[in-house]
Amino acid sequence: MEHAIQQTADALGSFAGYIYPNEYFLQWELLIVLYPYLTGLVAGAFILASLERVFRVKALMPVYRLALLTALAFLIVAPLPLLVHLGHPERSFEMFLTPHLTSAMAMFGFVYAWYLLVVLLLEIWFDYRRDIVIFSQEKKGFLKYFYKLITLGATDLSEKAVKFDDKAGKLITFIGIPSAFLLHGYVGFIFGSIKANPWWSSVLMPVVFLFSAIVSGMAAVLLVYMVTSWFRWKQINMACLNKLSEFLLYAMILDIALEILDFIHRLYESEESIHILSRLVTDRLFISLVISQLLIGSIIPMFAIAMARFGTLPDEMRRVFYFISAILIQVGIFSMRWNVVVGGQMFSKSFHGLTTYKVHLLGLEGLLMTMCLLVMPLIILFVLAKLLPPWLEPDTAKANET
Amino acid sequence: MSIDNNNCSDEANDRKHKKDVGRRQFLDWCFKAVPAGITLFTFGLSSKRSSGEDTKTSNNGKAPNSEVSYAMAVDIKKCIGCGRCAAACKKENKVPDSPYYVRTWVERYVIPKKGEPMIDSPNAGIDGFPDQPENGDVLKTFFVPKLCNHCDNPPCVQVCPVGATFKSPDGVVLVDDSYCVGCRYCIQACPYGARYIHPEKRVADKCTFCYHRISKGLAPACVEVCPTQARVFGDLKKLSSPIHRILQFNAIKTLKPELNTRPKVFYANADQEVR
Repeated sequence: MEHAIQQTADALGSFAGYIYPNEYFLQWELLIVLYPYLTGLVAGAFILASLERVFRVKALMPVYRLALLTALAFLIVAPLPLLVHLGHPERSFEMFLTPHLTSAMAMFGFVYAWYLLVVLLLEIWFDYRRDIVIFSQEKKGFLKYFYKLITLGATDLSEKAVKFDDKAGKLITFIGIPSAFLLHGYVGFIFGSIKANPWWSSVLMPVVFLFSAIVSGMAAVLLVYMVTSWFRWKQINMACLNKLSEFLLYAMILDIALEILDFIHRLYESEESIHILSRLVTDRLFISLVISQLLIGSIIPMFAIAMARFGTLPDEMRRVFYFISAILIQVGIFSMRWNVVVGGQMFSKSFHGLTTYKVHLLGLEGLLMTMCLLVMPLIILFVLAKLLPPWLEPDTAKANET
Repeated sequence: MSIDNNNCSDEANDRKHKKDVGRRQFLDWCFKAVPAGITLFTFGLSSKRSSGEDTKTSNNGKAPNSEVSYAMAVDIKKCIGCGRCAAACKKENKVPDSPYYVRTWVERYVIPKKGEPMIDSPNAGIDGFPDQPENGDVLKTFFVPKLCNHCDNPPCVQVCPVGATFKSPDGVVLVDDSYCVGCRYCIQACPYGARYIHPEKRVADKCTFCYHRISKGLAPACVEVCPTQARVFGDLKKLSSPIHRILQFNAIKTLKPELNTRPKVFYANADQEVR
């Protein structure tokens, strides 16, 4: 703690104006930037999967299962940054046992449990049940018993049973779409409902979070699909990639339109906080907001995707454009989370000063921990993809359709 | 014989049927009772927590009195910025020594004839304030003691996910440090910067109006040591309380009234710059 105080004292030169004494330390740091980023990926990936399932966008078939597994992998890790960040993680279960019903945060456990247990796991189970039963018969040793266990005793592969799986899966996806909206809209509400903080307090916050989630999830699945295809030496399905990028572009247009609306609204209303927020944007957040989020993370990839999708580029070039755009989008969305979470704490609630934040490399809330939590879902996804192969090759896909 | 046999089998069927119905009823009962039990358990406990019935406050075993509504008034004109209140608070409540954890602090406002006001609070005002250059550009200057506003509509209580922070029946906003999970949502929700995370306890901490003192009939430490009686503590429900006098004879403002937090710390003669 002394070390932290010393560091803050060193940084005192970077403070501008007056901040309340208790505001010298940022309360929510890098891990809380990571949390909405991870849940956003979950919600976005699930909504992408539902495009195929509910809205019958057949071109997206090759990424359907991959999107579901990606959502699950990120959802498993999503609560970890919250847990690590708590002062008393051992008391976290109290949120389930004695939730304070007026608190938006108290609903986290319920929203999370609903989404994990009722939506995602059930959907994946129904979707994979046929495969799981076959694996439980074909595999040997420990894996055989593992698959047997996760059939949950439902080994009926009759046409009627498989049809039921399909119907149940569809029903869950129907429930899943509003649930995905709820999951990420809720994360936006956690910030948007804080009236003490004018940077956060906005009715548009849940909607902006939602659309940015869809953008990040789609871009993540696109990246995962391209990388896994390269590693598996498989041809990338261009029809799927084009369709996916098209939806990504539409989502981005909506997302940026909402963010611009929020910006104009604030500027036009010009409330008491406008001066300090202007200083925040031009002084503290210029690189992360204007350069990273807006230019690198939104405008450049939007143009690149539009050019690749609707231009006359060769497929090879398109893939490069899509790939680079998807990476830039991830940078942009992470910057957006940073700008909301960290940006919202970089000005004093006295509206008279700006504070500063330096990311630490080590420690529970440091850069290394954040990197670990970012890599962890990818490892989980790798294991999940080994256990439940999501690759729907054209022949398998056809068989599944019939 | 055959009739007897028939009778026997009928009885057996009947028994079986009854047994079936019993099982079905049992399952039915389970389906109804389990969710109901969970709901009652969860909601019952949560409401108990949020109302603060189950919390350990330093009230010497006395039940908090809802006939009382504690409040504080601060007369800006009387504050000389000595910082004794902030120092006494640190001592009385064992607040960490660091200048970045405070339950109460004193701000100095220097309003120039032109330009932005200059505000500072070095070490919460405990060590006094450095001299300002006297160049004749200063329009006015004054000190403002700050603390938790013990809002009647407290946003910190609203957002606490486990109900560890709560409003006592006598109107004081408190934190149960044996229950707080340290999520810091309350700190984000407080518009006044009155809360911090205690570095050793890793829970939210804030001014309690010296609850351990006021529940014995004593004044909070900051009020006790104030040499100019700039801070006045009292009961809003008791007309003879000294707080009524200051509320009656001064122009009063509360901080950030637009947020509808309904603070119970009132400022007399405060400038519009005070937020």
